[in-house]
Amino acid sequence: MKPLFELLLSDVRFVEGYHTCMNCGVCTAICPAAEFYDYDPRKLLNQLQQKSDESIIELLKSETIWYCGQCMSCKTRCPRGNTPGFVIQALRKLSVNLGYFVESEKGRQQFAIKRTVGDNILKFGYCVHPQGVAPDLHPEQGPVWRWVVDNAEGIMDRLGANYNKPGAGTLRKIAQEDLDELQAIFDVTGGTAMYESIENFSREKAKLMNLDFNDDTPNEYFNVVYSENSNQHNKNN
Amino acid sequence: METKNSTRLWKSYQKEIADDHYYYARSCIRQNFFPASEKVFLKILQEELQKDIYDDPHHTTCTGIAYHSDIIPQETTATVIARHFALMTELGYENLAISCVTSFGLYTELLETWKHFPEEEAKIRELLWKATRREFSIPKNLAHSSDIIFHNREEINNKSKRRLVNAKTGQPLKVVDHIGCHYAKLFPEKGIGGAEFPYVLTGMVESWGGQVIDYPERRHCCGFGFRQYLVMANRGYSVSNSKKKFDSMAPYEPDFIVSNCPGCSMFMDKWQYTIAEMEGTTYGKGGYGIPVLTYEEMAGLVLGYDPWDLGLQMHQVSVEPLLDKMGIDYSKPNKYKTQQPNSFPKKPLKLMV
Repeated sequence: MKPLFELLLSDVRFVEGYHTCMNCGVCTAICPAAEFYDYDPRKLLNQLQQKSDESIIELLKSETIWYCGQCMSCKTRCPRGNTPGFVIQALRKLSVNLGYFVESEKGRQQFAIKRTVGDNILKFGYCVHPQGVAPDLHPEQGPVWRWVVDNAEGIMDRLGANYNKPGAGTLRKIAQEDLDELQAIFDVTGGTAMYESIENFSREKAKLMNLDFNDDTPNEYFNVVYSENSNQHNKNN
Repeated sequence: METKNSTRLWKSYQKEIADDHYYYARSCIRQNFFPASEKVFLKILQEELQKDIYDDPHHTTCTGIAYHSDIIPQETTATVIARHFALMTELGYENLAISCVTSFGLYTELLETWKHFPEEEAKIRELLWKATRREFSIPKNLAHSSDIIFHNREEINNKSKRRLVNAKTGQPLKVVDHIGCHYAKLFPEKGIGGAEFPYVLTGMVESWGGQVIDYPERRHCCGFGFRQYLVMANRGYSVSNSKKKFDSMAPYEPDFIVSNCPGCSMFMDKWQYTIAEMEGTTYGKGGYGIPVLTYEEMAGLVLGYDPWDLGLQMHQVSVEPLLDKMGIDYSKPNKYKTQQPNSFPKKPLKLMV
């Protein structure tokens, strides 16, 4: 296998986001994740400047790379044109492809995201769909959302949507021919392979953790990675 | 000198907005949580402004939420977006009206990437052909749908039935504007006012009689954070960011919040409920929250539309305190009226509704 730094350089986001860092720390000052988590984008770029496989593997297995919220405030402010948010994307992709993501609590969550948002895309043609935002998994949505889900057809109809019906309009049913095109795009662009990577490495990890794993969502492994919080991620811990 | 520099800086954050003939790129989150907003946007363009905008049943998600949660590669998202370009090319459209701020950021990022890395464009063209046998032209104009309302704000003002003014005192309503991060933080020159001087919503508010509050955390992220919200274990990040904003804006006593991002609008509405239930804190008067509007809803109220046709009943924070201030006559029984009789949301324990 190529040196990992070379693999990172094959990702255009890494090329765009990683230039010579002068350690000024503006990215950290502006970063919402750095305020909440034990996270420091300045240190991340510094570590990468070592370019060694050892330090990159340490990152790919770490909690660190999963803390960024992708707001991209860092892009606006860096005086050298670095974008730690882009660098994070390249690191996360490599972590998933090489299977290191299951080594961290936050990394294992990729499975829960794949089983929710990921599956929604190919099933409904939407990242988010009323049938996919279950009130029990989203108590923060409150009683109005539960009311919407329980009465979705009537409410959507009242508001002029074309809910789950063919044709144009809000929340229309995406036709099978369009879903087939999405699937074909996933197949030729590596989307399907990345889903398989998440599924396969997660299945192996579930075995090691003695947790049930199957095609149903949720399952025991899903519930653990979706809700597990060691509370060891914040600065004060 | 200072004025000249400010003027020059401001000019660099102007953008060209196509005047007509748009292909509409819908938003997953807006359709889910604010279904009437997209309906109203089309109504305003087609019926109030007599514009041509095409709502394509073949348009799908851009996959942006999955992309920024890092479960799919960049090539997948780029090719899905390229398919949208192909659909509009086949229909003869050159101008995109994009409902979602995440999508707007991604469409923009893609075109900027292709300028610097033409080999990436060639690769995506090949992948799209392989998957769908489609080809595309580069769109001439990319606008977020809030840009288009901003562009037409004076014509909307001319047709307005209501003003963003307290009906009793005659004073302008105090408004917090919240710009979605990916609208201008990624490419400041692509957003009206850039990342530092956001004006796309302020321009609407000022034209329609309101007054925007410039509070300390005005430019702070709402805290969506993609994977930070999608996974239950991470939601502390998400709610903490919104709380930081609420705590910062509360002393200015805003009458409402308006956002151009569907996710931000939803989170700033729902997190007020969560914070109230978690710790008893509420940010409006009398135990209510601060109402949160999409810009389509704000435009709809100004144009005199019925609040329940605008979908304001889907908000967790009650909008009635705002409607009362604006002197809007609304029907209480119609709020939750659907085909299902006697179906109402439960009342929260702490937040007044």
